[in-house]
Parts: sequence; structure tokens; C-alpha cells
Amino acid sequence: MDVLRVEEVTKRFGPVIANDRVTLTVQAGTVHALLGENGAGKTSLVNVLYGLYQPDEGQIWLRGRPVRIRSPRDAIRLGIGMIHQHFTLVPQLTVAENIVLGARPRRPPFLDLPGAEREIESIANAYGLGVNPRLRVMDLSVGLQQRVEILKALYRGADLLILDEPTSVLTPSETEALFGVITGLVADGKSVIFISHKLDEVLGISQVITVLRRGRVAATIPRAEATPSALARLMVGRDVVFQIPKTHARASEPALEVTDLHVTGNLGHPAVSGVTFRLCRGEILGIAGVDGNGQSELAEAIAGLRPVTRGRISLNGCEVASWPPKARIAAGLGFIPADRYRLGLVPDFTVAENLVIKTFGDPAYTRRGFLRRQRIAAHARKLVAQFDIRVHGVQQPTRELSGGNQQKVVLAREVSLSPAVIIAMQPTRGLDVGASEYVLRALIAERDRGAAILHISTELEEILGVCDRVAVMFGGALMGIVRPEDATSEQVGLMMAGALHLIPASEPP
Amino acid sequence: MTIRTAILRLLPLWAVLSSLMLGMGFVFLAGAPPLQAYEDLLRGALADKFGLATTLVKTTPLLFAGLGVAVALRAGLINIGAEGQIYLGGLAAALVGLYVGPFPQIVHVSLAMLAAFVAGGMWALLPAVLRLRRGVSEVITTLLMNYIGLYVVGVVVSGPLKEPRAPYPFSPPLAPSAFLPTIIPATDAHAGIIIALVLAILVYIFLEHTPAGFQVRMVGANPSAAAYAGVNVGRTVVLAMVVSGGLAGLGGASEVMGLKHRLFDAFSPGYGYDAIVVAFLGAGQPLGVIATAGFFGALRSGANVMQRSQGVPVAVIFAIQGLAVLFLAASLAVRRRMFRWSGRPTPSAEANPS
Repeated sequence: MDVLRVEEVTKRFGPVIANDRVTLTVQAGTVHALLGENGAGKTSLVNVLYGLYQPDEGQIWLRGRPVRIRSPRDAIRLGIGMIHQHFTLVPQLTVAENIVLGARPRRPPFLDLPGAEREIESIANAYGLGVNPRLRVMDLSVGLQQRVEILKALYRGADLLILDEPTSVLTPSETEALFGVITGLVADGKSVIFISHKLDEVLGISQVITVLRRGRVAATIPRAEATPSALARLMVGRDVVFQIPKTHARASEPALEVTDLHVTGNLGHPAVSGVTFRLCRGEILGIAGVDGNGQSELAEAIAGLRPVTRGRISLNGCEVASWPPKARIAAGLGFIPADRYRLGLVPDFTVAENLVIKTFGDPAYTRRGFLRRQRIAAHARKLVAQFDIRVHGVQQPTRELSGGNQQKVVLAREVSLSPAVIIAMQPTRGLDVGASEYVLRALIAERDRGAAILHISTELEEILGVCDRVAVMFGGALMGIVRPEDATSEQVGLMMAGALHLIPASEPP
Repeated sequence: MTIRTAILRLLPLWAVLSSLMLGMGFVFLAGAPPLQAYEDLLRGALADKFGLATTLVKTTPLLFAGLGVAVALRAGLINIGAEGQIYLGGLAAALVGLYVGPFPQIVHVSLAMLAAFVAGGMWALLPAVLRLRRGVSEVITTLLMNYIGLYVVGVVVSGPLKEPRAPYPFSPPLAPSAFLPTIIPATDAHAGIIIALVLAILVYIFLEHTPAGFQVRMVGANPSAAAYAGVNVGRTVVLAMVVSGGLAGLGGASEVMGLKHRLFDAFSPGYGYDAIVVAFLGAGQPLGVIATAGFFGALRSGANVMQRSQGVPVAVIFAIQGLAVLFLAASLAVRRRMFRWSGRPTPSAEANPS
């Protein structure tokens, strides 16, 4: 039986077509994957389903009846539940309080929290969700918080669940557990729309796969007929090289040495505790780990954006732990931050301006107290051509660029300074396959030029594919440093979950 | 520039036009024919020498202080304290005009202006330092310091600086060498407007064409990115705030030196608050501030004529000013909603996938 049928749905944003005559059918008791690159239209499609957007054309059918979903309230009433990528929970409240928040009380006008707790417990037990409704959300791990979101949808009577990139915040073992939950849900007759851009996950969990490309359905194929390479081709419309070719590292003298580094996080907690490593010229050291294990604080401390509580940071032999960011930049430190929109760029500035935010005061761009606008524009035109940044012109506001092109602006700026050390944090986050590959190739080229690269990422595959050595960070400490050719994903996965601790050793050759 | 950006850039203009449209309703309620009243207003503001002079006189303090608020705005700071900075600037100018000298006019005027800039700047320095060191919102501190500024001048002109046997608290006249020269004979129009216009252009050049201005704009647009790029954000905040206060201080000086020639108690009828409106409607752009300051100056000047000829109370002008702010705020909210459309910063980001 068809639970959901989307027929010829078109959604436009001004001149931009986010969904172009999308048609798909979700059967009861199945997992239907939506696969596609960033900007392929996955999120706008499910936002249409959840009533956040109104389609410009087309019709949605739910259990054989035509429906109009005007708001999330409508969607919930129709049995559609959405688990957003970013959770919508109140950390200070308990699980049960979060779940009843905004839901219609069972016995109005009373809240009947104990009754809700019992009900939630029985739902949780039925699907193996294992969440205690009396715990406060702030005390739960990310994986458990996600289960609270699922519980919330189930409590509201959802039988069609939409999960938007649910695994992006999970460890490999948490992902596996989530898949167990999803399997239980569909076995009970519920249906799941699973959004991802990760091929292995889509192949692992779904029965039917719809690939979106540039707003259109590229294909809908049953799992049994899908292969990774075929899906990748459908996604990007061309063959994708998964293995990025690279030669062996020729590491030489150390460029960055971090010794027993301790850094305090925003909440006053020890975010980095006792990290020690050595990074040499001509090598890429990866730092793998699930988001929030101290990677940001480590990167910010090295860049000088966060004070060091204890320990040493040595850059090209200089002790820089107390230097301001400007001095570290001058000493040859490049930094590609994870959040390019908040940290790496000034979105309201033009592309040309963003390319000189670190160097606008240099004689090349300032003479006798005045900016040399011509020079700045010429510099930008050169980098735009060199890095193939798609812009209408160098005076275009950077805010208007796509994520991939914004990242290229950051990359171009950092690389153009020929830094001795580059910290690249989540350099491919939010980028499609083509742009990701471009960025990673550029980092390898920088390594071959002799730069030392600290590549921090939560994407295990990327880290293992690109780096010469991989350190795994968990709970603010390094769990060990391995060579990708010696390590298995499972081993690294265990380290990411804190279940395996190797002696930090393994110096470069 | 796409049509969309063009529309967004012109939001203040739409806000002003809408408020004028709605203002016609008020005029109608006041019992006058709206178009006729607007015509009188326009004529009163610009058509003859005296109207024009009044427009310039009213524009000058708005322009100085509006520029000041705009500089802070571009650095991401909300300076509500232009009123207090005007008072301190006026006080400093009066002190130099009364007690320093005699000098040739150009020297005396420059000295008094410099003193006003420094005094206004210092009045803004304290909130900047408090924000930097203690995280105290500059919105609150600058606002509260307005009252201190107002009453400091009040105390000074009621006591030590009071003209003997004056019926109201005001100071003796400044030395004539500290007067700003008149630019339209037989009117009040003084050289303050010229200084303000020159400063507007200088501020524009500073913001757009100097590395320090680049730094100020960067800190205003994205302080995290500025820190990331090696900018000393704290120092930049202090610099912007001091320049902001200094410019507002010059507004006070020009009132004292160009118009009143004495220091009066409560000499500003809220120019510092109107300057906030001027700066916001001018989108923090010096050239936009010239336009909005001139617009409000003209409204105030023409309003008196409209009141005389059509019996429309001057208060209508303040209602129009308030409406313009309301419309601007509303249109900014609409703009935010437009950005929220796609869950991305702008829809056009989806237009050109890499």
C-alpha cells in the first residue's frame, strides 16, 4: 500500500527551482531513501511534506487521499513526523517534558506528566529506543537526544517519519543502533524517509532509493538493483573518483608541535586535556572524532582564538601559545575553519574583500593609508580564475555564493598565503562530491608543496583516504595515532567511541 | 546587483515614502488638504532663502550626530548616546570659546571643534571600555550617559558658567572669533553644514578606502571572522566608538558656535535621538546619512510653514518620522523572512551549485 505519493511537485524560490516536477511513492513498512548532493533539493522536498513550504505545483497524496499540508501542525495531524538534523529540544527539561511540549494534552486541561511518562516508556520499549523519560535532555548523548526526537514524533502518532541526515552527528556504533531502531519501526508497519548523502548508509538501510539531482528525480531504484558506483553516477551525473590519488608523504622537519595542551571550553569545562602531537612539513595529520570531542577548541587554541590553559604550541620552532592571531598568521599559520559562514568569511563583504581579510594592511593592498582597490580586485580575479570560483564578479557579495564556492574563497585565501601549517577543519562539510574532491586535492597539493596540514574531520572515510597519519580524538584527548593503511574503520570507530585507547606514539618516518 | 538586492538596498526609501503616504492621513485628520499641505511643507523648506536657511540649520546637528551613530553602526555598535555626546561637545566648545584665546577665527574655531570632538569621544569611550572589559551592553550605558551629559551642562550653566543676572541658565556669549561664520547673509545658516558635509565625505572615504575603515566594517559585519583574520577587535570597537562620539560632539559644538553663540541649558531638542533614526534610515552609509539628515531637516523646517498656512500641527512631522522607523523595522523583518525561505542564507545560493 502506498502511504505517500508525491506527484509532480514543483517548488520555486524566486527564479530558483528547488524541486522540479518531483514524483515519488513511499510504500508502507519500508525505508525510502532520498539521496542527493547538497542543493539537490532533498531538504526542500521534505519541508514541503512537513508543511514548512507550500508547493507551487503538484499534489501530495496520503494513504490514497489528496492532502494539503499548510503547516507542521497539519503534517503532525496527518501522521507525518520529522526529525531535523538540528534537534529542537530544550536541554533543561526532561525527556517527557520535551515530548509533551506543544503536543495536545491527553487529559486537558491537565498536563498529566506521569501518564505521559508511562506512555513514552511503553513506546520506547516497543521500539527498543531505551530512553528514560525522566532524565534531563542536557544529560543525554547526541544519539539519545536523537531518539528523543523520534519518540516525540511517535508520541504524536506519526506513522511516516522523515529523518533528515540523521547520522551526521552519530558515531559508527550509534549509527548502527539507529538502524536497528529504524528496522524495528518499519517491521511494525511504519514508513521512513531517510535523507542522506552517504552511499553506504543508504544501501545499508533502505528498500527503495530515490536519487535527486538538481531538483529533479534522477532515478528511483530498488535497493537490490543499486550499486555504489551507479548511485554515485546518478547523484553527480558523472563518474566519481573515490580514491584521491596521492604519493607517499615525504615528511621532514616538524612544523607544528603541540605538547600537553589543555584548553577550556565555552562552558568552563576542560575541552582539550593533555593533547600532544608533532606535525611535520609535507605530511597530513588527520584528527578524526565525533563532533564535540574538543576538536574545535584544539583548532581555535592553535589559531590563537582561544586561550591555552596549559601546555605548549610551537610553530616553526617558535613558542606561540601566547601570541595573538595576527602574529601566528604572520608566522605562517593558515586556518580553514569548520564554520566558514561565521568564522572564515565576512558574508556581507565582496569576494574580493574576503580574499584579503588577512592581508589588507600589507603594502601590496595598502599604500599611504589607502586601500588599493584595483590591486585587491586584480588579486581576486587571479584567485577566482586559479581556483575556479563561480562568481558573477569579484564584487559580488560572498553571501550570495553557494557553499562550495564560499569554501573555495576560504581555501584560495589561505593557500595563496603559502602557509607553513594549514589547519583544515571539516573542509568538505556541506560540499557536494565534486567540490569536496577539489578541496581535498588542493590540500594534498599543499602538502606536496611542503606545507604541514592538520586535517580535522568527522568524516572517517575522508580522513582515512587523505591523511598520512590519523589521530583519533575523544573526550578532549587523543586516543592514539595510526596509519590509515594499518588501521581498519572498525578500529578507528572504536577509538572514536572511546572504546579503544592506543599508546600515542607513531612518529613520522 | 540583482533586482532583489536593489530592492533590499532601497528599503529605507520605501519606508520613507510609505510613511509620507500614511502621513497624508494625519494631515487629513488635522483638517487640511494633504497635497496642499505637503506642497506648503516643501515650499517652506526649500523655496526661499529663509526656508532653506532653516533647513540647513536643522540638518547640521542631525548630520553630525547621524554620522557618528552611523560609524558605530558600521562597527556593529548601537550608540544611543549621541545626545549626551552632543552636550559634552557643546560644553567643550563653549569652554574654549569663552576662556581660551583670543586667536584668529580659524584657529579658535578649529581648537573649539577639536575640543568638542575629544569631549564627545571621551563620553563614548567609557561605554566602549565597559563593553570590552565587562561585557556591559553599550546600548544601556550610552543611553544612561545621555542624562549625565544633559545635567552636567545644566549644572555648569546654572552655576559657574552662568551669565550674571540672566533670566534663564545660559552662559555669556562666546568670543566672536569662535563663531562659525554665516553662509547665507541675514539668516541663521552657518558654516557648520559645510563642515558636516566635508566630514561625511571623509567618513565615507575612511570606511571604504582605508585599512582602518575596512577593519571597522569587518568587525561590524562579522566580529568572529575579524578576530580570525587577526584584527584586534577590542581596539577597533574603541576606535569606532570614540570617532562616533567625537562626530556627535561636533554636532553640539556647531549648535553652540554657529547658532546660539552661548551655551544654553538643554540646548538640544533631542537631536541625538533623531540621529539614531537618521543613521538607521541612511543604512549606516555616510551618503545615505546626508540624504536622511537633509530630509528630516527639511521636514522640520517646512513643518512650521505648514502649521502657519494650513493649521497642521508640527507633531505630524514627528509622527511621519516615527512611521518611517516603524516601516523600516518591518521591512527588515520581511527581509529576514525572505532569507529564511530556503533554510539557507540566500535563495540565490541554490541558484549556482558549484
